[in-house]
Amino acid sequence: MTTLPDSTTRKLGLVIDLDTCVGCHACVISCKGWNTENYGAPLSDQNPYGSDPTGTFLNRIHSYEVQPDTGPAQLIHFPKSCLHCEDAPCVTVCPTGASYKRTEDGIVLVNETDCIGCGLCAWACPYGARELDAAEGVMKKCTLCVDRIYNENLPEEDREPACVRTCPSGARHFGDFADPDSHVSKLSTARGGMDLMPEQGTKPVNKYLPPRPKDSWQGETDVLAPWLAPIDPEPQGGFLGWLDRALGKLPGDSAGKEG
Amino acid sequence: MHPAPSIIAFTTLSGLGFGLLFWLGLDATPPTGWTAFFFFLIGYVLAIGGLMSSTFHLGRPERAIKAFTQWRTSWLSREAWCAVIALVSLGLYALGLVFFSAHWAVLGWLGAVFCLATVFTTSMIYAQLKTVPRWNHWSTSAMFVAWSVAGGALLSGRVTVALVLIVVAGGLQLWWWQEGDKRLADSGTTLATATGLGTIGTVRAFEPPHTGSNYLTREMVFVVGRRHGRKLRMIAIVLAMLMPVLLLLAPFAHWLAAIAVISHVAGVAVARWLFFAEAEHVVGLYYGAREA
Repeated sequence: MTTLPDSTTRKLGLVIDLDTCVGCHACVISCKGWNTENYGAPLSDQNPYGSDPTGTFLNRIHSYEVQPDTGPAQLIHFPKSCLHCEDAPCVTVCPTGASYKRTEDGIVLVNETDCIGCGLCAWACPYGARELDAAEGVMKKCTLCVDRIYNENLPEEDREPACVRTCPSGARHFGDFADPDSHVSKLSTARGGMDLMPEQGTKPVNKYLPPRPKDSWQGETDVLAPWLAPIDPEPQGGFLGWLDRALGKLPGDSAGKEG
Repeated sequence: MHPAPSIIAFTTLSGLGFGLLFWLGLDATPPTGWTAFFFFLIGYVLAIGGLMSSTFHLGRPERAIKAFTQWRTSWLSREAWCAVIALVSLGLYALGLVFFSAHWAVLGWLGAVFCLATVFTTSMIYAQLKTVPRWNHWSTSAMFVAWSVAGGALLSGRVTVALVLIVVAGGLQLWWWQEGDKRLADSGTTLATATGLGTIGTVRAFEPPHTGSNYLTREMVFVVGRRHGRKLRMIAIVLAMLMPVLLLLAPFAHWLAAIAVISHVAGVAVARWLFFAEAEHVVGLYYGAREA
């Protein structure tokens, strides 16, 4: 049923640290890998080795340049996947009931056997979190790796979303936002976790941690700096200096370059 | 938004068909026999043809029947119900008129109400979307309904009513375009709110996630060249409003009326193409589109 639950027992979601993300796209690859081989229709590619490759992904990394009023511009890598919104507009627009938000943990899922591929949920999502698979004709979206997090066949350390498990810089965190003492709740509170497009009224569960303020170079030169000898650019004297001059006089250097 | 031909055909033709059926259902002295047969045939071909073409854009059209289940929340599902109720009740109504010369007025009224409801629910599929500020306004529904009843009046030969309604619909359309151009800016959604990085400074899309296109860019980041947009608006309003009005004011002749109808439908189709092609989805912000 595409009516949203009034409240969910748990609110599972991600914290994404924009300060830590290095933009390596490892989470994109692990997400595509896991979700192609496991739950639901595989994430297909069209013309993958041709001149215009395209395909279905549940997680994509943008990069933005931010220019502050003073100081150098900052480059910020920006992973984007489903935010598992509390007031998910993608769910209520679904005509077939294929889209739903789970009461027990708040995960937004698509029942692929009910999806008619009308695409309206993708239109209703402001974040671009849903993509219609061109091969299967059904809507694909992040499942928060629902087939990993409860999977008792996996070692305990693997029972988290593939993107979180693979992130080499620790920029992605998984947990329950309904529990104020959870790792993700504390992290979000401490670092000012923010909603994307709050004016859209979707109440996203996933939070983004803003980049920490950058260091300034003003007045921060090391006290020992004046005593550091400058690095000699070219050997002038001694054996190396003589060798450099002697070799420079010999013919055979590349044309037009002396010494 | 991507102006899919199936969706443009659907909203244009079914809007016109349900408009015609609306007037036939309301008619106090409806046609009977063969005349009724041909009027209802045109209405049903347009309405059902439009609905059929809308299934062409589905990824899984064989499951379309499931779209009837979620009428509690989904405008698309409500549209499916309204269309079926309208078509069934007016089918029975037509049966009476064509074969028995019987005028079951209540059935006609019921059908007429659900014809309007169908066009309204269609419009709400678009008007409900906060993600497309240009559409997210009551005037979107008013415009859809106005074009539908205006076209229906024209098709059913109600000259005076058609004249008034076509001018009203055309005026609404012009106003909707003018206001619509401001709505993305008024919505307050920008790349700064989309990324949450606006507090640091000016945000610019530096690198997209990949070099090629994807479903989102093809479906939602499409915008038509602005210079053509202006011209197409002129073409749409001339064909949909000015031509039919001039032809209706001329002394009545069937061939003039036929040209008026063809011109009107072509104009509404151009306006519908613009309806999609000019609509800005906020997800485009993430891809660096929509920047002034």
